[in-house]
Amino acid sequence: MDKETEGLLSPYRVLDLTDERGLFCAKVLADLGADVTKVEPPGGCTARKIGPFHKNIPHPEKSLFWLAYNANKRGVTLNLECENGREIFRKLVTTADVVVESFPPGYMKDLGLGYDDLCRIKSDIVLTSISPFGQDGPYCHFQASDLTCWSMGGFAYLTGDLDRPPVQISFPQAYLNGAHEAAVATLLALYYRDVSGEGQHVDVSIQASVIKDMMNAPLFWEADGVNLGRAGPFRIGLSLSTGQRVIWKCKDGEIAFFIWGGKAGARTNRALVAYMDEEGMAPTFMKEMDWENFDMATATEELFNRFSEYLGRFFLAHTKEELFREAAKRKMTLYPVQTVADIAADQQLKERDFWEDLEHPELGQQVIYPHLPFILSEKLAIKKRRPPLIGEHNEEVYLGELGLSKEEMTKLNELGII
Amino acid sequence: MRTEVFSGLKVLDFSWAIAAPWTVKYLADHGATVIHVESASHVDIIRAGPPFKDGKPGIDSSVYWVNYHCNKYGLSLNLKHPRSLGLIKKLISWADVVVENFAPGVMQRWGLSYEEVKKVKPDIIMLSSSQFGQIGPLATMPGTGVQLTSYAGFNYLTGWEDRDPCVLYGGYTDCSAARFGAVAIIAALLHRRRTGKGMHIDLSQYEAGLNLLSPVLMDYQVNGRIAVRKGNYHPFAAPHGIYACQGDDNWCAIAVFSEAQWKGLCSTMGNPEWSRGNKFSTLPERKNNEDELDRLISEWTITLTAEEVMYKLQESGVPAGVVQKSEGLYNDPQLKHRGYFWEVDHPVIGRHLLESQAFQLPKSPRKLKMPSPRMGEHNEYVCREILKLPDEEFVELLNEGVFE
Repeated sequence: MDKETEGLLSPYRVLDLTDERGLFCAKVLADLGADVTKVEPPGGCTARKIGPFHKNIPHPEKSLFWLAYNANKRGVTLNLECENGREIFRKLVTTADVVVESFPPGYMKDLGLGYDDLCRIKSDIVLTSISPFGQDGPYCHFQASDLTCWSMGGFAYLTGDLDRPPVQISFPQAYLNGAHEAAVATLLALYYRDVSGEGQHVDVSIQASVIKDMMNAPLFWEADGVNLGRAGPFRIGLSLSTGQRVIWKCKDGEIAFFIWGGKAGARTNRALVAYMDEEGMAPTFMKEMDWENFDMATATEELFNRFSEYLGRFFLAHTKEELFREAAKRKMTLYPVQTVADIAADQQLKERDFWEDLEHPELGQQVIYPHLPFILSEKLAIKKRRPPLIGEHNEEVYLGELGLSKEEMTKLNELGII
Repeated sequence: MRTEVFSGLKVLDFSWAIAAPWTVKYLADHGATVIHVESASHVDIIRAGPPFKDGKPGIDSSVYWVNYHCNKYGLSLNLKHPRSLGLIKKLISWADVVVENFAPGVMQRWGLSYEEVKKVKPDIIMLSSSQFGQIGPLATMPGTGVQLTSYAGFNYLTGWEDRDPCVLYGGYTDCSAARFGAVAIIAALLHRRRTGKGMHIDLSQYEAGLNLLSPVLMDYQVNGRIAVRKGNYHPFAAPHGIYACQGDDNWCAIAVFSEAQWKGLCSTMGNPEWSRGNKFSTLPERKNNEDELDRLISEWTITLTAEEVMYKLQESGVPAGVVQKSEGLYNDPQLKHRGYFWEVDHPVIGRHLLESQAFQLPKSPRKLKMPSPRMGEHNEYVCREILKLPDEEFVELLNEGVFE
């Protein structure tokens, strides 16, 4: 192995057949050094149509969604719906460790590329299937979108203003959560394979991935027979009698803060009241509160409303930058509600080298990508590459690795197979 | 025959709150031997978090806490006691993996920085998961996933443009941090199998969250556009939204991307007069008249239950899904089919359902072996059976108050 490009997953080869439901899975593996080949239908993956676009020009090579979730992969085109294409795919499988797919359940099997078929080519293959509800079961053939998965998983019911319909996050998250869960599951299967010699068919449910995101919310039904609901900018579930405002307006935007009990709550509450008092904005009842013994479970809505009156006034008199600066100094749990512009300017990310520039000669500029969210003590040098153009590595893979001839490739090209 | 992914893997788990316990759950549910270390004088906030058995708070009665800690042994230590560190070092030399998510500096104060841990076990894999990571100007900023979700941009993108941003239930950044934590640990284990080398993983929960917003972050970097919240708006689907149905706060999501799906929706509604006009005949037209379209569809959905809307539309090939309440999740036939909820008998809480995993590994399935430990439940077991301490030493530690 080339030491210059040794990553945690360098020895593993992954074939990525997914669309927007699964691209993030193999992206995570590629960032860790796996050799990931994105296999797209001729003409390109449907995710290339998802905006926003570079310089706002809709074009399959300019989708920022595509770019974001395909960096560090190689790319080939291949039509799996015709036998010649499938034959080439089977050859690719002989050297693969993992195949990731997000087709409707059963589609791969109907093509003769189901798990059992792949096993005959590579007996210890790991096949990871990502789908809205799973590979079998009563809902497995349901039509779905990110929004319906977010809803069926229950997160929508907890999100939004009470007088309007439940909402998704405006940059939809259900598919990303499923693909992220698939990255974990794929690595579990690879670890198992390495110690047991057995591959398997990993079946990831996007719906179930969404449920996990809600933490203790479903448990209130199991324990108390209560369905928690949505409460706009308020937080519910801590106190059964009332919610606590989390999102507050300030001079130039919003901040996140909530009154909380326990030791951590007491520290912040006391520090904030002292800060308010320095500016003559702390009412006597808040200065005299016994925060150490403040109990969320029994605090009344009336009390929270009284807090809110003074907190709201104080926050409105300050900018988010002022409030966060003081919060950091005074060790208060108060954060700004950041926009993407605020995040781009964040010094914390710069000092951790979170942003990574990749050269994009075709776009005439560098593009800045978010890095994996961890720093490893073992310094590993993974060769970085911008996401593949449509069919960019056809020659490298088909000529170089599969040993097809130029003539064969030309013929496949003419037939619309690659 | 071996059927568990992590048979023989040993994990020393200092995790608390949600992000790191959730990471360790992947390992514990798949056969790792996990010893969870905690303290009764600094109780995990989740042990004090609702819901509780019969609504009564108690150190062993949080239904929330037990959702994350099954399949582990529980050890409760007084970390201020001078002999605790010696016991912990024995556990480190036993372990393959150490997981912690305290504020940066806490492990160092206990003499358990990665450098110290590595001295005891040179090939240890150690995950440190924290709000902002171990380094950088904000490293020691206190907070939880609730506020961090705002900081990572999610709240600004949730809700309606004419209203305040909305809260995301729980601490959304924890979800991504938990998954990335598991990814990093397993990848490091695979690397260690090849190279013999361990490592320290410094994970930033903030950056984990941002990985789920990459395209909009890049949109700002490339195009200068600041993404905003816009309800359930979708640029190339209409109708695309959540529609009120019969009953009390019942809803169904409908998402129409293609002309075939639009025709399916219309025929399911009985091809009403309004659906036949030019106003809605193409996607651009439907986008132009979306408010009216949403109102007209709601007039139809409100006459049916959310389940009726979903099943009828599914029959016509239209993406539709009920907005499930918690109750619906426990009764969901698909989740039942997958065995998503595990039934467990906990000595304090009794029989109840807890969550397992979102994926199936047919050849190495997850297993529920034991309920989450009561505080200090396995102090004796860990010392005698796992560390093989002589009886006298265990009794000495017990009498000196090392356990709590």
